[in-house]
Order: sequence, then structure tokens, then C-alpha cells
Amino acid sequence: MKKICFFITTATVVFLSLLPFFWFVSTSLKTELEVTAIPPILIPAGSLAFYRSSIERYDLLHFLKNSLIVAGSTTFLTVSLALLAGYALARLRIRWRGLIMGGLLAVSMFPQISISGPVWKILQAWGWLNTYQGLILPYVTLTLPLGVWIIAAFFQELPADLEDAAKIDGCGHFQTLFRIILPLAVPGVFTAAILIFIYAWNEFFFALLIMTQKGYQTLPVGIALFQGQYTLPWGEIAAASTIATLPLVFLVALFQKRIVRGLSAGAVKG
Amino acid sequence: MRKLTLLERERIFACSLISPCFLFVAVFAFYPIIYSFYLSLHRIIIGLPGLGEKFIWFQNYYELFHDPVARHALGNTLIFVFSSTFCELVFGLIIALVINRHFRGRGLVRAAVLIPWAIPTVIASQMWRFIFNDKYGLVNFVLFGNNVGEYQAWLADPFFAFLAVVVADVWKTSSFAALLILAGMQTIPEELYEAAQIDGANAWRRFTGITLPLIRPALLIALLFRTMDAFRVFDLVYVMTQGGPADSTNVLQYYGYKKMFAEGLMGYGSTLSMLAFLITLIIAMFYLGIIGKGLIRAGVQNETMRGKPGR
Repeated sequence: MKKICFFITTATVVFLSLLPFFWFVSTSLKTELEVTAIPPILIPAGSLAFYRSSIERYDLLHFLKNSLIVAGSTTFLTVSLALLAGYALARLRIRWRGLIMGGLLAVSMFPQISISGPVWKILQAWGWLNTYQGLILPYVTLTLPLGVWIIAAFFQELPADLEDAAKIDGCGHFQTLFRIILPLAVPGVFTAAILIFIYAWNEFFFALLIMTQKGYQTLPVGIALFQGQYTLPWGEIAAASTIATLPLVFLVALFQKRIVRGLSAGAVKG
Repeated sequence: MRKLTLLERERIFACSLISPCFLFVAVFAFYPIIYSFYLSLHRIIIGLPGLGEKFIWFQNYYELFHDPVARHALGNTLIFVFSSTFCELVFGLIIALVINRHFRGRGLVRAAVLIPWAIPTVIASQMWRFIFNDKYGLVNFVLFGNNVGEYQAWLADPFFAFLAVVVADVWKTSSFAALLILAGMQTIPEELYEAAQIDGANAWRRFTGITLPLIRPALLIALLFRTMDAFRVFDLVYVMTQGGPADSTNVLQYYGYKKMFAEGLMGYGSTLSMLAFLITLIIAMFYLGIIGKGLIRAGVQNETMRGKPGR
């Protein structure tokens, strides 16, 4: 009895979690006629027409390229900076540690609207609206708190004797960091990188403000603004959404354990 | 020159390591907050740069106070925050209970549960907009089947449009709440449950007597994170309803965006920014007041257990 109850709960949770996604995948595989059928058809015959037209008529590959550039650069930059800061905050004697960690946490909680006007004005003054760096720099700022918290939490778990041993062997601070600590940090860095990539891949608000020209828009902006001539092109939206989501589905399927641990480390350990 | 002590050298090294990080946060987060306040005291219209930036004291704030749409948007935001956060914690708790159990295929279940969290919010919004669609939507099909005449335009109804946005948000973020709660559950030692079982406590008693009190800190943290995040809801509204119908889903961040960037009222929009900032600050302070002490205590325990000096 208990087992059946548990099984039903689990099945419901899984079903509801996946339903909207599968519904969009199914929609993306329909034909024009099947999408506009009333009542809706649940299982499509299987056609790739919408994928083709979302690429040919809606520049899907262009958005994909922009998203890859922005999310990839953000991940690289944030991880590099967070690695240095996370090490300093976790393993070195530093003043105002609590204040710094708390300040970073506060940054991750700002409503974006409270900084959007000035960020826009700064970028406009620099001529960086509609440039990759114009979006990457705010993204680095917004993902730094997450990155620093995860990496600092990871560093704290490494044994303390490492640096001592390195010091005895005559390593300076830089050498200790780059030759002893960094190689050990790879798993923590990897976890942080996955989460930062997902954040940057998904962000919409700043992308919408900063990338007003179609040539620079990322996937979320592109997909939000998909517009047909008379009606919404649901088939193309579904196809583009499926393509934009698949990398994330793979990441989650492959690295589920890391993501679970990383998210809870960033949030709870502090 | 005096030779630097070891401690001083370490501190200088540490400062140089965090300085690039500090630079980013200073330029793109802290400075903009101050700049926002400056802008909110001026009349600035993006489309009319010829007008300049006229200093008008607190006139924007006066206008804000008398702006019925702003008040409405604030009310909507608060209702949205309360209803979605409450549902997310309930569902998060259920999901956490499921994925905390040991069973075959747990990894797959966890991955499945994480999918809504990983999907870009814009795409989740499009999915739910399609599900609530008046003609091709799944909701209509499930409720009315082939009875096409009954199909409703959910997103054109003020109440149901709001509900739809809440449903989409709950679907999207319950799993994040679940992960935070799960982290709390995993710190509960198994022996507690075994002891309770020997004492004859049934599953419900074990849940209310052991699980709930011990995950309280995790629940509060999930509540904090979800409240702050729900407060800045934007993507869902932008894609699903554009704030409509009749402003029923207009929320603070969306209204601020519209004023600032669609209408170009940078000065007045910044007033809304400051309002959003102050409210989140108050909420955060309130929560940290509750959580803070517990966290610090836990932190001190951690440090003493690890036995590391100087932290």
C-alpha cells in the first residue's frame, strides 16, 4: 500500500515535470495542418518541416551562435574570476570575509530592474549596446556571486594541510595556488561552470534591453519575439525551443548529481 | 622600508585575488544602484535627449505615489510572490520527499524533476502560453475534450491569466525549492528515524516530529530565495500576457521595464527601480533577521568542528 502510494506520487511528479516539454517536442514534430487542428492532436505523424523553417525563415542558427558566444564567454570569465576570489575567501586570512560574502549574495538578489537603467546608460556611453561584450560584462557580474559561493564552498572542503605542505616545500603564494590548489579544484569549477552556463543561456531581461538588433540577439530573445505574419508560428516556436532546450536536457541528464550538490552548496553551506 | 609580516603578505595577496571580482560588482551592480537613485531625481526621456537631464527633486516620487497603475502593479507583484512562493514550497517539499528516498531509478527521477528548472524561462513561458491557448491548448482539450464550443481563452481573462502565470512559475521553480529542502533533509541522521520507529512512531509522526522541525532552516532559505526571485518576475509576464489583460498581470519589474525602455521615461522608471530595490531590501532584512542567527550558529559550529583558526 505504502509502496503504491509512493509510486503514484513519484510518477505524478515526473509526469507533470516533463509534460510541457514533451508537448512542445510533439508540437515541433507536427505539420502545419496538425498544429492548427482543433481539438489538438497528441501524437504527431513526425515531420521536420518546422525545424527547417525555424532555421531558414527565423534565423535560428544565428540566435544559437550568439547564445553560444555569450554563454560560453560568460562561463569562462566568471569561472576564472570566481576561482581567484573563491580561493582567497575560503583559504586565506582576509578581512571582512562575512561582509564580502554577504555583499555578493545581495548582488544575486537585486531585482534586475533596479540596475537596468544605469547599466543601459553605461553601455550606451561606451557604445557597447548591441555588442557581445555589452551583454557579457553584466552577465559576469550577475553570475559571480553564484560562482564564488560554489567554488568557496568547494575549497573549504579540501584538507588544510595542502598549503602547509606546499609552504614547507618552499612554494610562494602564487605557486601554491596555481600548482597545488587549482588542479584539485577542477570538480568544483566544473559544477560552477555548468550552473553559470545555464544561467547565461537562459537570461532574458538584460538580453532584451541590450540586444535590440536582430543580429546580436540570443535564443531567449529570439524565441520571445517570434512573430508570424498573422498568427503566432507555434510550430517554429516549438522547434526552436526544443533546439534551445536540448543542450540543457543533456547537461541535466549527465550531471544531475553535480547540479544538485552545487545548487545546495551555493545556497545552504554559506 | 619595514619588511611585511607573513600575515600582511597573505592579506595583500588575498585582496589582489578578489579585486577583479570586486571591480565587476562595483561597476555593474553597486554603482548602478546609486546611479538609479540619481536618475530618479531627474526628468530624463530617452527619445528626447535635447531635453537634457533636469533635476526635479522628488517629483517622480510624488508621481509614483499618485500612479494607480504602479499601485496595481505592486499589489499584483505581492499577490504573485505570496501565492507562487507558497505553492512552490509545498510542491518543493513533496518533490524533496520523493527524491530523498533510495530507490532504483532515482537518478532518472532527479534528472526529470530538474528539467523545468533548466529550461529557459522564456521557453517555459511559451510552453505554458501554448498550453493555455484558446484553440490548440492542452488545458481546453483536457477540460472539454472534443466539445470545441466550450473552449476558453484563458489568457484573455484577468483572473485566469494571473493564475496561468502563477502555474507556470510554480512548475518552473518548484524543483529549485525542492533541491534546497533536499539539502536540509540530507543532514538529518538516519538514526533519528530508526529510534522513532522503534518507539512506534508512524510515518506521519516521523514527518511532523523529525523531518519538519529539522528542515526548518532549509525551508526558510528556500523561502528567502524564492521570494526574492518571484519578486522580479518578468519573463513569464512578458511572453505570456504582456501585463494584460487590463493590467491584471502587470508586475513591478514589467511596469518598470515598460516605463523605462518602451516609453523611454528613464527618470520615472528609475523611481520604480528604487521602489523595487527598497522592497527587496526590506524583505531580505526581514528574512535574514529570522535566518541569520541560525546560520551564524551553524557556521560557528562548522568552524569549531573543523578546528581551523583565524576564520
